[in-house]
Amino acid sequence: MIRFAWTRFRTQAAVGAGVLAIAGAVLLVTGIQLDHAYYAAVAVCKQQGNCAHMFTYTFPSQGYLDADNELNALTLAVPGLIGMFWGAPLAAREFETGTCRLVWTQGVTRVRWLAAKLAIAGAAAIAAGELFTLMVNWWSSPIHKAEPGYTPFTSGSFHTGVAPVGYAAFAFALGVTAGLLIRHTLPAMAVTLAIFTAVIIAFPIWVRPHLIQPARATSTLSLASIANMPGVGAFNGHLSLAPGSPAAPPGAWVISSSQLTTPDGRASSSEPAGPCGAPPSPATARACNDYIESLHFRQTVTYEPASRYWAFQWTETAIYLALSFLLTGLCFRRIRPGRSAEPGIRRPRAIRPGPALERSP
Amino acid sequence: MNAVIEASGLGKRYGRRWALADCTLAVPAGRVTGLVGPNGAGKSTLLQLAAGLLEPDSGGIRVLDEPPARTPAQLGRVGFLAQDAPVYAGLSVAGHLRMGALLNHGWDAEFAERRISRLGLHLRQRAGSLSGGQRAQLALTLAVAKRPGLLLLDEPVASLDPVARREFLRDLMEIVAEHGTSVVLSSHLITDIERVCDYLIVLTAGRVRLAGETEELLATHHRLSGPRRDLRTLPASWEVIEESHAGKQSTLLVRTDDPVLDPAWTVRPVSLEDMVLAYMSQPGDAARAGRAGLEIAS
Repeated sequence: MIRFAWTRFRTQAAVGAGVLAIAGAVLLVTGIQLDHAYYAAVAVCKQQGNCAHMFTYTFPSQGYLDADNELNALTLAVPGLIGMFWGAPLAAREFETGTCRLVWTQGVTRVRWLAAKLAIAGAAAIAAGELFTLMVNWWSSPIHKAEPGYTPFTSGSFHTGVAPVGYAAFAFALGVTAGLLIRHTLPAMAVTLAIFTAVIIAFPIWVRPHLIQPARATSTLSLASIANMPGVGAFNGHLSLAPGSPAAPPGAWVISSSQLTTPDGRASSSEPAGPCGAPPSPATARACNDYIESLHFRQTVTYEPASRYWAFQWTETAIYLALSFLLTGLCFRRIRPGRSAEPGIRRPRAIRPGPALERSP
Repeated sequence: MNAVIEASGLGKRYGRRWALADCTLAVPAGRVTGLVGPNGAGKSTLLQLAAGLLEPDSGGIRVLDEPPARTPAQLGRVGFLAQDAPVYAGLSVAGHLRMGALLNHGWDAEFAERRISRLGLHLRQRAGSLSGGQRAQLALTLAVAKRPGLLLLDEPVASLDPVARREFLRDLMEIVAEHGTSVVLSSHLITDIERVCDYLIVLTAGRVRLAGETEELLATHHRLSGPRRDLRTLPASWEVIEESHAGKQSTLLVRTDDPVLDPAWTVRPVSLEDMVLAYMSQPGDAARAGRAGLEIAS
């Protein structure tokens, strides 16, 4: 059955491989250009001694950052496409063309049939999803090298590690399930896309922050961090502060950061502006910073340290894989002959108008 | 009697409509059984239940002494040709033969190739470009080359022109003669059934109306004409299938195992077509369904 499943999947596999190959070629060519741009920028910044800021002036002007963002979005779209084009038609097309009545009456049980189809196309789906992610990672590595303090965590991009394996498996299983339940390819594709999109959007908002209990840190504002604060000023005679980089360790994923408060709990915006309200000059700036420090503002952040990146990756992958197995189990339950599941085939729509009974022609 | 299909109280529902209800029958082995009835009578449903493509909503069915489609061995012993002969449009004729070889243990490759070449089909031709008759022949080849003990054919000739129809049935009879396969063949055309079947099952509105050996059925059904009289005075062993009255004359279609001795009746034999049409044109009532059920059990 495995060999027959492969012959049925071959065309789709070839199309998928072709699309991946084209994407790979484009990424390879532009990726080499990007790499050259990176090393050219490094050579220049080393001469000028301002390599810490090379990120801000190297890539945005050349459109690479936009491309990077689009590629990141694509790494989430690719599993969706796999679910739509490899998952949904897997069973739905057999129902549509009636060939399920051909293949399910050969000397192979329906369970074996489904297992073989899932094994072949599922493995391809996972491989394709991860392969595309690896290609994109390679492509954007110069940008990541140039970005100061880059970790995959800070960028919030979860499509960089093993999680895409989970996304691809889930999208594929979702497509197969939709196809098996709906039995029409196009509606099954639409449903697959809708549900996958909903899950991929909802997961980072409602699920990911709760996967591991975040760490919590409270720190007192230091003179150095006050000097680096992007916005210091006065508003209606009160202090107005933009907290800037919160007190989380570098590379951490900051989940929430509190207002700046004094040790007895008053918010920074309720403090009088003091010297910070004066017209800006180097002298008043110093006085202002000293004044802010004397208030001993504190800030509490909850965050996930950078060291947890892989724990998050594996947990998220495991969740998506578990969902895939659940859906696959549903498919098997559905298709297995037996009273609990009705695999049946709807009667084909009347193809020819039926005379009640014909005499011989 | 050795039965290839045994159904008891078998029923199948689509939504609230019973496509097949309380169907009890035994299809004998070594026969070509015709399953006849108007469209929507439940023929296709019965065959798909036998092939394990549908699950019954009531009762049970055993095919070759096993529940259908549970094991590869059982599937391998039943050949099924679905209505409209579905094939993979993008797969070549040779691809279909490879499929048969990969998926069936008892695959007879030599037979399949010989038959395909005799039919004049090109191995490299895509199945989607075959004519209806060629497609049916390809599907029949697939169903037969797995060397089944039982062949289920769901309206195999409905979409074929008269020439292709005749060829298909002739091929089928050759196969039956060669391999002794039991066959169940559904059709809404009585001529097809008459040509090839020696056992007959009539289905109407989801119920079995008549079942038996064709010759025996023809021998026990008589067309009687004679003076009009009260039907209650007829012998108790007579079952009146159809009656029509014109003036003082009555014409009856009667089923009885006893010879008709009353000289008042003119007895004529009945054709298979007339007999089947009489059963199908009657409104189904419970008593008749019961009677048919008894007939089947015998």
